[in-house]
Amino acid sequence: MFGRGLKTLSIASLLLICGAFALVAFYAPNDADQGFVQKIFYLHVPLAIVALGGFVAGGVYAIRYLRSRDRADDLRSYVAIHLSLILGLAVLATGSIWAKASWGAWWVWDEPTLVSFLIVFLLFACYQPLRFSIEDPERQARYAAVFAIIGGAFVPLNFLAVRLADSLIHPRVLSTTGGSMPGEMRITFLVSVVAMIVLFVTLWKYELTSKHAGMQLRALKRRLGGEDAVGPLSRTAPNQV
Amino acid sequence: MALVRKDLALELRTKEAVPAMFLFSVSTFVLFRFGLDRTTLEGDLASGVLWVTLLFAAVLGMNRLFVAEREEGGFDAFLLAPVDRTSLFVAKAAVLFGFLVAVELAAVPVFALLLLGPSPVGALPELLAVLVLADLGIAIVGTLVGALAVQTRARDLIVPLLALPLVTPVVIAAGQATAPLLAEAGAAALPGRWLGVLGLYDLVFGLLALAVFDFLLED
Amino acid sequence: MASATEPAVELTGLGRAYGERTALEGVTLSLAAGATLAVFGANGAGKSTLLRILATLLRPHSGRARVLGADLPEGGWSVRGRVGLLAHDPLLYRELSAQENLVFHARLHGVEAARVPALLEQVGMLGRAREPVRTLSRGMAQRVAICRAVLHAPELLLLDEPLANLDPGAAAAVAPLIGRKAGPARVVISHDVEHGLAEADLVLGLRGGRPALLAPAGEVSAADVRALYA
Repeated sequence: MFGRGLKTLSIASLLLICGAFALVAFYAPNDADQGFVQKIFYLHVPLAIVALGGFVAGGVYAIRYLRSRDRADDLRSYVAIHLSLILGLAVLATGSIWAKASWGAWWVWDEPTLVSFLIVFLLFACYQPLRFSIEDPERQARYAAVFAIIGGAFVPLNFLAVRLADSLIHPRVLSTTGGSMPGEMRITFLVSVVAMIVLFVTLWKYELTSKHAGMQLRALKRRLGGEDAVGPLSRTAPNQV
Repeated sequence: MALVRKDLALELRTKEAVPAMFLFSVSTFVLFRFGLDRTTLEGDLASGVLWVTLLFAAVLGMNRLFVAEREEGGFDAFLLAPVDRTSLFVAKAAVLFGFLVAVELAAVPVFALLLLGPSPVGALPELLAVLVLADLGIAIVGTLVGALAVQTRARDLIVPLLALPLVTPVVIAAGQATAPLLAEAGAAALPGRWLGVLGLYDLVFGLLALAVFDFLLED
Repeated sequence: MASATEPAVELTGLGRAYGERTALEGVTLSLAAGATLAVFGANGAGKSTLLRILATLLRPHSGRARVLGADLPEGGWSVRGRVGLLAHDPLLYRELSAQENLVFHARLHGVEAARVPALLEQVGMLGRAREPVRTLSRGMAQRVAICRAVLHAPELLLLDEPLANLDPGAAAAVAPLIGRKAGPARVVISHDVEHGLAEADLVLGLRGGRPALLAPAGEVSAADVRALYA
C-alpha cells in the first residue's frame, strides 16, 4: 500500500546525499569567521527545516485522519512525527556541536531558533507516551490526532514568539554572513535541503511499509491460528490498520 | 450556563483547586525571595518570577479541572444531554479562567508586597490587560490539555508535560509585556506588540480548540 | 420525532469492536414503541456495549442502528434528549446533593426543574435530598440515579440492572417510573431470569458478543436463558 516508488526514492536519496556531501566538502567556501566547522550548518539547518516540516505534516495527516477515519492517515501522521523526533535529536546535537565549536558552549540560549526548536521538541516528545497510555486503539488514534494538530499549529506560533523576543535583545549569534548567502553557499544549501527532504520521505515510506507489513502479518496469524497465535501488541506502533 | 454553575458550586463546596493554587503561588514567591537572595525585584526579573509562578499554579488548576468528571466515570452525563459538545469546552475554559483570575486577585498583591520593589499601582490597567489576555490563553490550552489527559493513564504527569511547552509563547509574551510595567524607574509604556502576540495566540488556539474538542469526547 | 408506529429500536447487523476483540457482532432486531427488550448474557457478552451504543455514547462499527427514528451515529444529536440511561455508574456528582444533581441534569436537558421534588418523593428520597451523594448508600444513590434517568421524560429507557441494590420496597416504588407499565420503550439488562422474562416482550441472549437467542418473550423459557450462562 505504501511502497510505491520506494526503489526510485532510495536511489534518489542516495544520489542527492552524496551530491550534497560533495558540494559541502569541496564546493562551498570556508566561512571567514568560523572555518570548516561552519559547514555543519549544511546539516543542521536542513535537518531542522525538515523536522519542523515533518511535525506540521504530521498535523496535516492528523486532520485528514479525523475526517476520513482511515487508519492509513493516522499511521502516516504517526510516522511523520516519529521520524521528525529522531531528526530533532540530530538537530539539537548538531546545534550543540556548532555552538561549542564557534562559541565554546554546548548550548546557547541566545539563539532563538535553537531555543524555540527545543520547546517544540519537548512538546512532541510527549506524543508517544501520550499515545501509548491510551488503551483503546480507536481512541488512541483520535487523541494522537488532536495532539498532532495542536502541535502542528503550535510550531509557527512558537517561532514567532521566540523570534520576536530575541530580536529585541541579541543579534543572531549563529547566523551566516548576516542573512544573504553568496551563490556557492546558496546552491549547496538548497541541495542539502532537497536531499534532506527526499531522505525524509524515503525513510517515511520505509517505515510505513514496514509497519503495514507487520500488521498484515498479525492479521494473517490471527486468521490462521486464532486469537492465541497472536502475541500482545508491541508498544512501538499504533496498532491495527 | 448550567455547567459553569455546577463547577463553581463544586469548587465552593470542596475548595480543592483555588486555595491550593493560591497557597502554591505564595510559597513559590517566598522561595524565590530566599532563593534569589534579594528583597526586591523589578523589571525583567520580577516579570519572570511572577509569570512562571502563575504558570505552575495554573497547571495545578488544570489537573483539577476534570477531576469530577473523571471520578464519575467520564463525561457520560454530559454526553447524554442534548447539548453541543463544545459548550463543555467553553464552560470548562471559563471555569479555569475564573480560577486563574481568583488566584491572581489574591496572589498578585502578595507578590507586590513580598517581592516587588516599585509599586505597580501606576500601571494597573495595563497589567490587568496583560493578565486577562494571558489567562485566556492559559485557560484555553489548559482545558484542551486537561481533556486530553483525562483518558490517559499518567494524567498528572501528562498535563504539565504538554501544557508547559504549549504555553511558552504566552509566558514569553506576557513576561515581555509586564517587564516594563514593573521597572524600577517607574512604569514605562506597554509594548503593544506583545498584546498582539497574546491576542493572536488566544485567537488561534481558541479556534483550534473549538474545532478539535468534539473529537476528544466522542466515541 | 418517531411516529407512534415506528419501532423504537431497529438494529441490522450491529457490530462494535474493542481493539482487536469483537465486543458485539451481527445483532439484528426490531423493538416496537412502548415494548420491552430483555437482554441476557454472561459478563463480557456485550450487553453494556449494546446499551451504550443505543445511548449514543458509542458509535457502531458495523451494521446499522436506528433509534427513535434516527440513524446512528449521524442522527445522534436528535436522539440524545429522548433516551434515558441507567448504567452501573449512577452518574451523579458525589460532592453535590441529590437535589443539586437533579437540578443540574434538568438544566442540562432543558426541562423544568420543578419536577425534581416530586420525583424524589416518589422514590422516597426527599428527606435526604440535600445531603451530598457520597453520604448515601448504594441503594439510595441508585434511586436518585433512576430519577435522573427519567427526569427528562425519555421515550426510550436503557436500564442496566435497574433493581440491583434495591430492597423490595424501593423496587416497588420505582416500578411506575421504569417498569413495564411506565410507558417508554425499554431495553433492560438483568440477571434475574424470571423477573426479566416476565417483564419483557422480546428477549435477546448474547454470548461472546453474538446473538445466541432472539425470540418473543412468550416463546422463551427460563431454561433457555440459563443455557446462555453455561
